[in-house]
Amino acid sequence: MFPKGTKRKFSDSGEEPVPSGEQGQPAPSAAARTLSSSYSLQRQSLLDMSLIKLQLCHMLVEPNLCRSVLIANTVRQIQEEMTQDGTWQIMTQALAAAQCPADRLVATEVLCRQTDMAAQAGQSPKPFSVVGLEEGYHSEEVVMDGDGDTEVTMSTLSTVSPQLSSASYLPGPFGMGPCWEEEEEEGECEEDEEEDSEECVSEGEEADRDHLTGDSRTGEQVFGTFEIKHPAPPPDPALEELFSDVDASYYDLDTVLTGMQSAPKMGPYDLLESLSSHGPTALSSSTSCRSDLNELDHIMEIIVGS
Amino acid sequence: MLFGRSGGDMQWCLSQAKGSLDDDVTEADIISTLEFNHTGELLATGDKGGRIVIFQQEIENKRQPQYRSEYNVYSTFQSHEPEFDYLKSLEIEEKINKIRWIPQKNAAHFLLSTNDKTIKLWKISERDKRPEGYNLKEEDGRYRDPSTVTSLRVPVFRPMDLMVEASPRKVFANAHTYHINSVSVNSDNETYLSADDLRINLWHLEITDRSFNIVDIKPANMEELTEVITAAEFHPHQCNTFVYSSSKGTIRMCDMRASALCDKHSKMFEEPEDPSNRSFFSEIISSISDVKFSHSGRYMMTRDYLSVKIWDLNMESKPVETYQVHEYLRSKLCSLYENDCIFDKFECCWNGNDSMVMTGSYNNFFRMFDRDHRWDVTLEASRENSKPFQVIKPRKVCAGGKRKKDEISVDSLDFNKKILHTAWHPQDSIIVVATTNNLYIFQDKMN
Repeated sequence: MFPKGTKRKFSDSGEEPVPSGEQGQPAPSAAARTLSSSYSLQRQSLLDMSLIKLQLCHMLVEPNLCRSVLIANTVRQIQEEMTQDGTWQIMTQALAAAQCPADRLVATEVLCRQTDMAAQAGQSPKPFSVVGLEEGYHSEEVVMDGDGDTEVTMSTLSTVSPQLSSASYLPGPFGMGPCWEEEEEEGECEEDEEEDSEECVSEGEEADRDHLTGDSRTGEQVFGTFEIKHPAPPPDPALEELFSDVDASYYDLDTVLTGMQSAPKMGPYDLLESLSSHGPTALSSSTSCRSDLNELDHIMEIIVGS
Repeated sequence: MLFGRSGGDMQWCLSQAKGSLDDDVTEADIISTLEFNHTGELLATGDKGGRIVIFQQEIENKRQPQYRSEYNVYSTFQSHEPEFDYLKSLEIEEKINKIRWIPQKNAAHFLLSTNDKTIKLWKISERDKRPEGYNLKEEDGRYRDPSTVTSLRVPVFRPMDLMVEASPRKVFANAHTYHINSVSVNSDNETYLSADDLRINLWHLEITDRSFNIVDIKPANMEELTEVITAAEFHPHQCNTFVYSSSKGTIRMCDMRASALCDKHSKMFEEPEDPSNRSFFSEIISSISDVKFSHSGRYMMTRDYLSVKIWDLNMESKPVETYQVHEYLRSKLCSLYENDCIFDKFECCWNGNDSMVMTGSYNNFFRMFDRDHRWDVTLEASRENSKPFQVIKPRKVCAGGKRKKDEISVDSLDFNKKILHTAWHPQDSIIVVATTNNLYIFQDKMN
């Protein structure tokens, strides 16, 4: 918890994702750090989107294997890159510590329904899952909805924040180079992802219940990797205390610090609500949406701390 | 038949538009496959509801240089019904994935149609005469009392209204665990292949209870699955050769004489990746959605998300020609991934003499490339913008910067209006393009 008015210092190198392949070099410049944290954010959102896609399977008809394989390969690719960066380990450790009991990282599992075993077991459709991830990871997406148990979601988000450096974090153009799309697309993606994750959670949860009544082991393997398997854990009393200290004036300082001077006074939840009210747009979307999300992250970091 | 004309000289006119005018699309009416027979006289369409509609070409005034062809409904039948796989608790869609005509041997027409799991051989035959004057039966079919028969007569065939009957002759079932994406008739006219995501089977047209597995890419451990089969086709002349394409952008050519199981390819066609264009979506957009041999058998064409490539069968290292279909989408890949459009499977086709190729795009646009004259055009299939007999205007998409008049900007494209299926008459300058639920037939004015 930081005293009011203090900008959080740039965190240790241990928490910073190092641009891949540059292990032995001197600490990158502030601009490079900014770029890499933006890139991480984009990469993260692509990962989230991909996981949602893998999870949302058609319950009546078999899912398209080609599509599932391509999405799973994308997830693997991201995971490999994040592992090289060191962000993968940080994220999984942080999530494990913050939320659910540390389940083992489920090994790569493909639960294609067409396997003979599954057929004999009379299994319902399972999505093609590649790398299993802890449930806690998925619950991060719930944050974006702005609904539900906020204490839980806040704590989850806080563990993701070490990736982002608040001091050097500036809302700016992505301009990432060949790997990523233009700014507008990212903002749009994240918006829609919020809406998707809402549906995803409810659909997935229903599916989870259905499947867990079957062979519970395989059901858990499939959906356990993506679902919030456990009910929300009791809120951390320390975090509740954290929230009780927050008041409106603190937000004002944030907005000043981040240069969002013209923005109306609003808290993080207001921000979430205003974002979720944006309908899905055509391919063009406003850059302000994306910068709003940057602000949200920034605010979260300051409030919750590292 | 006017070959040698440059694509640039062609003037396409909307000849017919078939289908409902509603903006509301009935799911079952969505066209899922399109195929001309070998003469071009018949055009078969399959839809999501499992129906096949066959159109027949009727030519008015063929003597005149500018004659008009009209395609009218010849036969409609229900090919596949929805099924339920009780073991897996899954519905098997009745959607027709592919139709392939068998070369004609007698008066009847035969075609293969397939959904995700079952292939059927259909016989389409005409009946325009019927026997009349039986001795023992009345005209309505009731048997006559033999004691009332006092004289004998020979039954005669009398003309009747043309009736086109479609009857299922063979059902090739239970051979595919995964979803069938391709069917291809061999040039020997006796065998055909069917391909699903992981396996390719070889069948004899007469034998339904057995098929040979000739390609199997299923890994022992499904966790290791990273690549699937996306399309397969027999060589048009060499009955021992076929190709199959994959989700990683490779095409493998196999020779069935080499071994019974063709897991080892005899040639592999793959273009090295362009490192400057690398992104998280590189693999997805390299996935090949269609592969088609040229009529000559010298080349093959592949369609991936953004381009069409022509390969010389003697050169595996890279295609001989690459045509950009909608390069302006490259900067939109993330959004297209999000709305799943990036997984759309576009098909492609050759014209009769292999000088031109065609493929579909979004916003009901389709693209034609003239290989000889290095010329290409974007056209639109729409009723509003096309009057019959009027030459349709080329369209242009503005990728960025200032939009000129008549250009459409990328952000205004309707990604729900996609043209996945196109077909080119094997002999004439007639093309057919399927939008979601409508069929557009265009003819070159100078046909």
